[in-house]
Amino acid sequence: MTVRIPVVEKILSANDRLAQENRTRFDSAGLFAINIMASPGAGKTSLIEKTVFALKDRLRIGMINGDIATSFDADRAAAAGAIAVQINTGGDCHLDAVMLQSALPRLDLANLDLLIVENVGNLVCPAEFQLGTHKSVLVASIPEGDDKPYKYPGMYRGVDAVVINKMDLLPYVSFRVDFFKKGIEALNPGVSQFELSCRTGEGLDAWLDWLLENVKKHA
Amino acid sequence: MHELAVTQSILEIAVRHAEGQKARRITDLFIVMGEWSSTVDDSIQFYWDMISDGTIARGATLHFKRIPVEIMCISCGHTYKPNSRELLCPNCSSTKIKVKTGEEFYLEAIEVES
Repeated sequence: MTVRIPVVEKILSANDRLAQENRTRFDSAGLFAINIMASPGAGKTSLIEKTVFALKDRLRIGMINGDIATSFDADRAAAAGAIAVQINTGGDCHLDAVMLQSALPRLDLANLDLLIVENVGNLVCPAEFQLGTHKSVLVASIPEGDDKPYKYPGMYRGVDAVVINKMDLLPYVSFRVDFFKKGIEALNPGVSQFELSCRTGEGLDAWLDWLLENVKKHA
Repeated sequence: MHELAVTQSILEIAVRHAEGQKARRITDLFIVMGEWSSTVDDSIQFYWDMISDGTIARGATLHFKRIPVEIMCISCGHTYKPNSRELLCPNCSSTKIKVKTGEEFYLEAIEVES
């Protein structure tokens, strides 16, 4: 005889529980943690590099980088002044709470103010997996096109801040800022937005202020 | 490509609930999946056949209930299904919208033999 058992449990609940454990560790260490997501080439590492370089004398910054292979990105963050740790996902398209948890012992969390997690370049999968960071940040960039919020609603809905990078390329690319921003506004009303260029440095200050404010809140 | 992790989660949840009821075998799983949940059911089926082998869920049938995205405009009340051009309200162009359905992703129920 078959019996039906009602379950009604979120499929990624195990990951969510581990993410909560990570969050507890960040909170007890008194640091502010962010998860940076983007498509490949949007400028995640450039943004991290500029951020670390600008804040390294004021904050103790740790960085965990997830990539399918290589440690190029962690090396760049380390060169800029962060304490960087590499996770090679070996083909996985995203970081999850377990991968992050296993990398945490490699950092002295109690002696950090800011932890930057750089996710694998991908606009689909990382959106599904909570890591336990306090804020999720999406780095979008002008050459990717203005239709991305419409095509990747899951990613745009789940983040706390959107950085629009490579603003200096606006004159050379057909990118309707209005159309792009309407998509963001519809999917994620009131989300923090930062228009900047990592290359020229324009607009970085507002982003850095946002980070500093959040670090202060979580200290 | 995150379907392996997802499939492992489905198996873990199903087995835990079945064992809680002292079931001998899981025969069916009912998964509810919104259109915006970014997961491919064919891939889940593929991994399922591999990882359920050797467990009490071996050979169980996966049933997917797909929920289409439905959006309601907060400004004018119009309800619609979005596409790449119609995320904003097609009736009044408002950006004030509410996603009513399409983001679900959970295991609704299992059927077991005791």
